[in-house]
Amino acid sequence: MALTKVFTRPDSLRDINFHFCPGCHHGTAHRLICEAIDYYGIRERTIGIPGVGCGVFLYNYFDLDVCEAPHGRAPAVATGFKRVLPQNIIFTYQGDGDLGSIGMSEVIHTANRGENITVFFINNSVYGMTGGQMAPTTLLGQRTTTTPYGRDFRTEGYPIRMAEMLAPLEGVAFAARVSLHTPTQVKKARKAVLRALDIQIKNMGFSFVEFLCACPTNWGLSPRQCIEKIDGEMLQSFPLGTYKNRQDS
Amino acid sequence: MSERQILKGCVALAEGAIAAGYRFYFGYPITPQNDIPEYLSARLPQVGGVFIQAESEVASINMLLGAAAAGARAMTSSSGPGISLMQEGLSYMAGSELPGLVVNITRIGPGLGGIAASQGDYRQATRGGGHGDYHLIVLAPNSVQEMYDLTIKAFYLADKYRNPAMILADAILGQMKEPIFLNPPPLVLPEKPWALTGARGKKAQLIKSLYLADGEMEQHNWHLYEKYRRLEREEVLVETDLQEKMDVLLVSFGSCSRMVQSALDLARSRGIRVGFLRPISLYPFPQQAVREVSREVGKVLVVEMNTGQMWDDVRLSLYPGCRARLLARPGGGIPAPGQILAEIENLVKAGDGIDESVHQA
Repeated sequence: MALTKVFTRPDSLRDINFHFCPGCHHGTAHRLICEAIDYYGIRERTIGIPGVGCGVFLYNYFDLDVCEAPHGRAPAVATGFKRVLPQNIIFTYQGDGDLGSIGMSEVIHTANRGENITVFFINNSVYGMTGGQMAPTTLLGQRTTTTPYGRDFRTEGYPIRMAEMLAPLEGVAFAARVSLHTPTQVKKARKAVLRALDIQIKNMGFSFVEFLCACPTNWGLSPRQCIEKIDGEMLQSFPLGTYKNRQDS
Repeated sequence: MSERQILKGCVALAEGAIAAGYRFYFGYPITPQNDIPEYLSARLPQVGGVFIQAESEVASINMLLGAAAAGARAMTSSSGPGISLMQEGLSYMAGSELPGLVVNITRIGPGLGGIAASQGDYRQATRGGGHGDYHLIVLAPNSVQEMYDLTIKAFYLADKYRNPAMILADAILGQMKEPIFLNPPPLVLPEKPWALTGARGKKAQLIKSLYLADGEMEQHNWHLYEKYRRLEREEVLVETDLQEKMDVLLVSFGSCSRMVQSALDLARSRGIRVGFLRPISLYPFPQQAVREVSREVGKVLVVEMNTGQMWDDVRLSLYPGCRARLLARPGGGIPAPGQILAEIENLVKAGDGIDESVHQA
C-alpha cells in the first residue's frame, strides 16, 4: 500500500537541518513564516532581512533572496529595499537585543513612517549568540551572564514590551505578541504571521509579530523546563494578544 | 552643450546625482550640507524619485545599504559628525560589496567643532573610516563644475567596483556659486545580476559580509585587496600644471587648491618656476605622479586645511631625499595666497636635503 506524505517542509524552507539548539523556537518561527510565504505564493518576490544574532543564519534555511543587515539596522535596510521595490514583500527577522536595544530607534521610526514591511521579533529574553547576556526583555530577577544576581529594576530597569510600545503608533497596522511553547499557541502564532503578511500584501502599513521563544542553552534549563518558564513567568511579563489589527478598507 | 548657469555647489552636486540616474536619497539634516536635502526634497519627486528624511545618519546609511542591495543608485549626504555615525554602515557596505554614494560636505572638527570649512576628514575618508580592511573610493572636487562632474563619476566608479564612494568637499565648495555647464554624459546603467529583487525564475541570492568558515574571511579580504590594487592602477585622477625646471611643486586638494592656484599665479608673475599637482582621487591617491614630479623638482610644498593629513600620503609618495614642507591651517580659516607665496619664496631660498617641517598658516 502506498504511503501518503501528510507532513512536509514548506517549499520556502530548504531541506537542511537547523543549527539551533534543542528546544530553541527559532526553527518553529522559521517554519511558520515559510508556510505563510507559501500560502500567499510570494516566495519569488519576498526578500528577508535578518538582524545579527542566532537568526542571522536564516539565509541558510529560507529559499529566497536574503540581505544581511548591521546589528539593529534591519528596519532601515528594509526601508531602502521597500522604497526601491514597492511590489516586493520585505520582512526583517530580529532578536530582542537587535530590535529592542541597539535597533530601538530604527524600528520605532520605521513603524512610525508606516513603512509597508513586516517585522518578526524573536523575544527569548536573552542575548543568544553572544552567550547569554541581559537583553532589554530580560525578566526581573532573571540571571544572565551580565546580571549574575538577577535583573534588578533599580539598576537595570524593566523588561521592554515592544508590541505594546509599537501598537499605538499611527503607522502601525498590525502588532501582536504570540508564543510558540504549545501546539495551541503555535496555531495562534500561524494566524498572526498570516495576517501580518496579508497586511503588507494589501499595502496597509507596518506589521509586527513578537514571538515568545525559549533559549534553553542560555536559560540553563531543559526544553521542558523552558516551556514551563514561558507558561509561567514569561507570559506574566509579556501578555499575549493582538494589540493592533487595522481593518481592511 | 547646455547653457551656462550659476549654481551653488550643493545644488550642482544634486543635479549631478540626478544626471547619474540616481533616484533615492536618504539623509539627516546637518550644517553645512542642508542645501542638498532641501533641494532634493523638491527635485526628486519631479523625476519620480524618493526622498526620505531619516531619523539619524545611522538609519540613512542603512537605507542606502538596502537600496543599493536592491540594485538602485542611491545617495546620502552629511557632514563630519554625521559621517562618523555612518562608519558602521560603510564598513558593512564595503564588506558586502555594495555600491552607493556618500557626500561629506566637511566642517571643522573634532567633536561638534564648528561649521566652517575644513579638510580634517581626509584621513577618515581615505583610510576606510569604519572597522576592517577596506577603502572608500574618494573624489575631491575643487569647483562647482566638479561638484557636478565628479558626482556622476563617483556613481560610475561605485558601480564598476561594487564599493561605496565618497565625494569629499567642504563648506566652501558646498556654499559657493560659480558658473557651470550641465552636460550629462549618456546614461548607461550597468547590469547588476547580484542585486536582490526576489528569486523569480532564478536561484535565491544572498548579500552578506559574515564569513565564519575557516579561512573564508581571509580569502574575502584578499579579494577586496585585489579590487583596491586595481583601483590604484586604473582609476587615479590627478590634475597637474607643470613647467620646465621647476623650483617648487605645490600639492593641494579641494577648496584649498583654489587658493594655491592663486598663489601659483603670483609666484609665476615674480619669475618663480612653480608646478602644481592636485589629487582629485584622494583614494586611490596619485602616488606615482607625486613620486615622479617630486623627483624632477626636489622641493615640495603641501598646503591643506588641517594639521597635516594628505601630508602623510605625500610623504609616503615623495621621491627619496626631497625637501618637503607643509603649510597648514586646520580649517575655520583659509590659507591666503599671500601666505602661500611667502612660503614658496622661503622654500626656494632653502637649501637642498631632507626637510619635513610643518608651518602654520
